Amino acid sequence: MTLEARILARVGDFELDMELGLSAGELVAVLGPNGAGKTSLLRALAGLLPLSGGRVTLDGAVLEDPAQGIRVPTEQRPIGLVFQDYLLFPHLSVLENVAFGLRARGMARTPANREAGRWLDRVGLSAEGERRPASLSGGQAQRVALARVLALNPALLLLDEPMAALDASTRAEFRRDLRRHLESFRGVRLLVTHDPLEAMAMADRLVILEEGRVLQSGSPSEVTQHPRSRYVADLVGVNLFRGRASNGLITLAGGGSLTAVAGPDGDVFAVVHPRTVALYRTRPDGTPRNIWEGRAADLDLEGDRVRVRLSGLPSIVAEVTPVAVRELGLDRGDRVWIAVKATEVNVYPA
Amino acid sequence: MALLTRSRRRLQSSAPFLIVILAGAGAAFFIIPLLGLLLRTPWTSAWQQFGSAEVLAALRLSLLASVSATAIALVLGVPLAWTFARLAFPGRSVLRALTVLPMVLPPVVGGVALLLAFGRRGLVGGWLATTLGIHLPFTTAGAIIAETFVAMPFLVITVEAGLRSMDTRFEDAARTLGASRWTVLWRVTLPLVRPSLIAGAVLCWARALGEFGATITFAGNFPGTTQTMPLAVYLALESNPDAAIVLSLVLLAVSLAVLIGLRDRWLGAS
Repeated sequence: MTLEARILARVGDFELDMELGLSAGELVAVLGPNGAGKTSLLRALAGLLPLSGGRVTLDGAVLEDPAQGIRVPTEQRPIGLVFQDYLLFPHLSVLENVAFGLRARGMARTPANREAGRWLDRVGLSAEGERRPASLSGGQAQRVALARVLALNPALLLLDEPMAALDASTRAEFRRDLRRHLESFRGVRLLVTHDPLEAMAMADRLVILEEGRVLQSGSPSEVTQHPRSRYVADLVGVNLFRGRASNGLITLAGGGSLTAVAGPDGDVFAVVHPRTVALYRTRPDGTPRNIWEGRAADLDLEGDRVRVRLSGLPSIVAEVTPVAVRELGLDRGDRVWIAVKATEVNVYPA
Repeated sequence: MALLTRSRRRLQSSAPFLIVILAGAGAAFFIIPLLGLLLRTPWTSAWQQFGSAEVLAALRLSLLASVSATAIALVLGVPLAWTFARLAFPGRSVLRALTVLPMVLPPVVGGVALLLAFGRRGLVGGWLATTLGIHLPFTTAGAIIAETFVAMPFLVITVEAGLRSMDTRFEDAARTLGASRWTVLWRVTLPLVRPSLIAGAVLCWARALGEFGATITFAGNFPGTTQTMPLAVYLALESNPDAAIVLSLVLLAVSLAVLIGLRDRWLGAS
């Protein structure tokens, strides 16, 4: 089972323009900041947002192709969508909610209720069938929403921020739970989220979406090791630079340069971990190949570390211990020398 | 909390004297007529009046006409409200304004308009009479039409407001679960706007029950066929004032019941 999607869609001024290929068994997370187009992507796949161009096929069957005038209506797509706030029907009982899709697809009330009961049992809520959704906890509502969708045996399962409506304290537990329920599902699974932790914990593959475009795609470790956007670099907490490399010397787009040990020539990304950035009161006289002067623009205590934002050519973030800050006598606005070893500059093609 | 009570007390004490006087007069303006009705009610003979054939006929006709008008308003008005709330088409606001016009139109004008449309020589009245044999003016059906014309807008705007404030993503969710648009309407949309449907229907019914101007203009005033309660009250005021008072009291009780029934909607949960 595979999904092949080339999506062009508009919502007001916002334009979604992306490609996505998913195969059965893998769990893909689309990660992006709010407003990146994640929900629009799910709505487009579900047929709730008409495409202006592109083509969506699921297992070879065309779901939508505006150029050919094909558009399978939402209710006929073999797609299950778990909404961000679950959208359980408040006027129906939990059991009726799970049976809703089965009834809508023509199953009689008794077998539909029996089947719904089995699904409630599977998500551990067989005792809650008669309750109203409003009386459920967030985690229970999530499981009902999942059962309601899985009961229809969809070929493609879409999840919109499945953890967003849950308490932070219970998220880890429910993430494990959800992962377990998702593992038993045979079809194609796609999750969208703005929470990097959720994406990394759940997904086999990440797709980074920003302003309606895919910036990067790959396994969580690939993406975090080789960020290709400021968004991902900030998520991972590393310094990301872009520039032109020639024989190990990278001329940065934002001014300044870095020397690396090795790496490709041409248009490149360079990543420097803040932990590897050293600070000195006076110009150091040692081996680091990259030494330049900057000004401490900001100091933030984060856990047992101090993150120092330094402005200079280039600007960079350093992570040092509070003791080091005290010994340096470093304060906001002070001038310092910045040193980065060439071996700590990680270069890859842009 | 303490802060709230303090500021409330200060508001009370600083209310200008003139405002209090005028507000009191305003309240009395509403209370005195109701009090007059209650005090002048011939309680001892009330049941007798109530049992008279004329009063019973008016009551029966009023119930029949107002319930029928509400039923018609539900069948036609809910689709109209849905259209206004969910479909975008050119001329929607104009059409919407026309359909709620009877709320502000003097009912007599409505009656005249109905006569010109459905009367014997009206726009479609002649055709209705010759080809279908349906005569609306001066019949019970005419009274129902007149009441529907005046009362339906109340249902339309109430249901439309309910549809507009509803979270339409529930409809999306239902469609992703395989529900056709028709199933979505019956099993999701209408149940979710049920409070608006009930409020709209009750408002519509109360307005239909009290309808006077359009009814007497279009349907006339024939005891047993078109003489509804309000018409009977007006007529009885000259010939049998006691009956008029008792009939008024019945209408007042109904209005009060509607108000109490909808108090959560209008007066807030407090």
